[in-house]
Amino acid sequence: MTPEEKKAFEAELHAWVGREIAPPTPGLDRVNEAMIRHWCEVMGDTNPVYTDKAFAATTTKGGLIAPPTMLQAWSMEGYPMAFASERDASTMDGQRQLHAFMEKHGFTGVLGTNCDQEYFRDLKPGDTVVAHTKIHSISDEKATGMGTGYFIETRTEFTDQNNDLVGTMLFRVLKFRPAQAPKPVAEGAAAENKAPTRTKSVRGHDNAWWWDQVEKNKVLPVQRCKSCSTLRHPPRPFCNQCQSGEWDFITSKLEGEIFSFVELHYPEIPGYTYPLMCAVITLDEGTRILSNVIDCKPEEVQIGKRVKGEVMQVDADNILPQFRLV
Amino acid sequence: MKKDTIKFGSVTVGDKLPDMNIDINVSFVVAGAVASRDFTPVHHNKAAANASGLANVFPNILTDNGLVGRFVTDWTGPDATLKRVNIKLGAPVQPGEVLKFTGEVAAKDEATGIVDVKVTGKGNWGMHLDGIVRVQLPQ
Repeated sequence: MTPEEKKAFEAELHAWVGREIAPPTPGLDRVNEAMIRHWCEVMGDTNPVYTDKAFAATTTKGGLIAPPTMLQAWSMEGYPMAFASERDASTMDGQRQLHAFMEKHGFTGVLGTNCDQEYFRDLKPGDTVVAHTKIHSISDEKATGMGTGYFIETRTEFTDQNNDLVGTMLFRVLKFRPAQAPKPVAEGAAAENKAPTRTKSVRGHDNAWWWDQVEKNKVLPVQRCKSCSTLRHPPRPFCNQCQSGEWDFITSKLEGEIFSFVELHYPEIPGYTYPLMCAVITLDEGTRILSNVIDCKPEEVQIGKRVKGEVMQVDADNILPQFRLV
Repeated sequence: MKKDTIKFGSVTVGDKLPDMNIDINVSFVVAGAVASRDFTPVHHNKAAANASGLANVFPNILTDNGLVGRFVTDWTGPDATLKRVNIKLGAPVQPGEVLKFTGEVAAKDEATGIVDVKVTGKGNWGMHLDGIVRVQLPQ
């Protein structure tokens, strides 16, 4: 978009703020026991005030109530939503028209980012819920990890048969121009969700042998200078004592003590198990290795504590030495 | 579910809620969408989910709300009153994952008997949702 086009686009975009997206919409069903029971069945919610009439009568509720988080469910359009994208624009509600307008300008991505519901009274079977939804705010243009876009907030007021306010919902989506072209997943392709794994180690000429030993023989090798017998880790081509390039290795007994450690908190990285204790361990052979201390509470890890290691499969793709407190 | 309700006075800021783990599978995703009357195709039609870049259908936000509400009232007991569920959404969860909820009492308001619980739901790809649930407890 040229600056002039962008100005015109944003003016039209921000003109949506305050508009009601549809006339007030009464729920297609009154609050009812059947829909409540179905909801609780799926959520695994066994709260008796939702489904046990006799018990509910003994509580301050005075009888059955609906799960408050069903608030929005009472006003949903239902099955026709499955075909909303095929509808003629003139029959769309305001929110879909706004989205269609943005899509025409390249903002094709959509992502729900926030949902804030407030409940002013418990709903009971027989109540009618009417949704009044407005475009509440539209942000300035924002650059996000997903791409550049606008945060659109809709605010819904839910009223009952007496026109009393029973709840509100502020719903925020990011409508964005995808930074990367969406990568459709071919149906039936081997794209099933695979659990994330740790970052793969970087391997090259000087250290690939070390990883081979770890993975094939489940040992922790320590490189040794063939000339002066000095041990070294991580692997490298020359001895820093005698500069010899000749080397072999020994296998660590996997015993040692904690030289230093840190607990990694944030950001949590997919594929790692938290709490995540990273420690530099001084092996009894004399070299140090960076590894994890596992199967313990973070506060139990202390400098100087003895550890015993095991070369183990940590996830589907990685075999690593890991240590436990002795 | 237990039938007694936690008293406001017995709650301390920092108290942890019992963890709740939910197995996410296709049946659960579809059942959650239908129970909340949300027929947006990505929540029941794998081809539509694929077209949006995800390997499979994924739970809708109404289901997230339902689980968050259950997580908190499982802890409070039945005679508490949910006042607010305010969640921020992160990484999607997919069938095959376990959605793990943890929670902690973040604040107490003596005047109203209202407790704020910080809730986090994590899947394989990290934070799926986190937020604050406001619940009123008997004094």
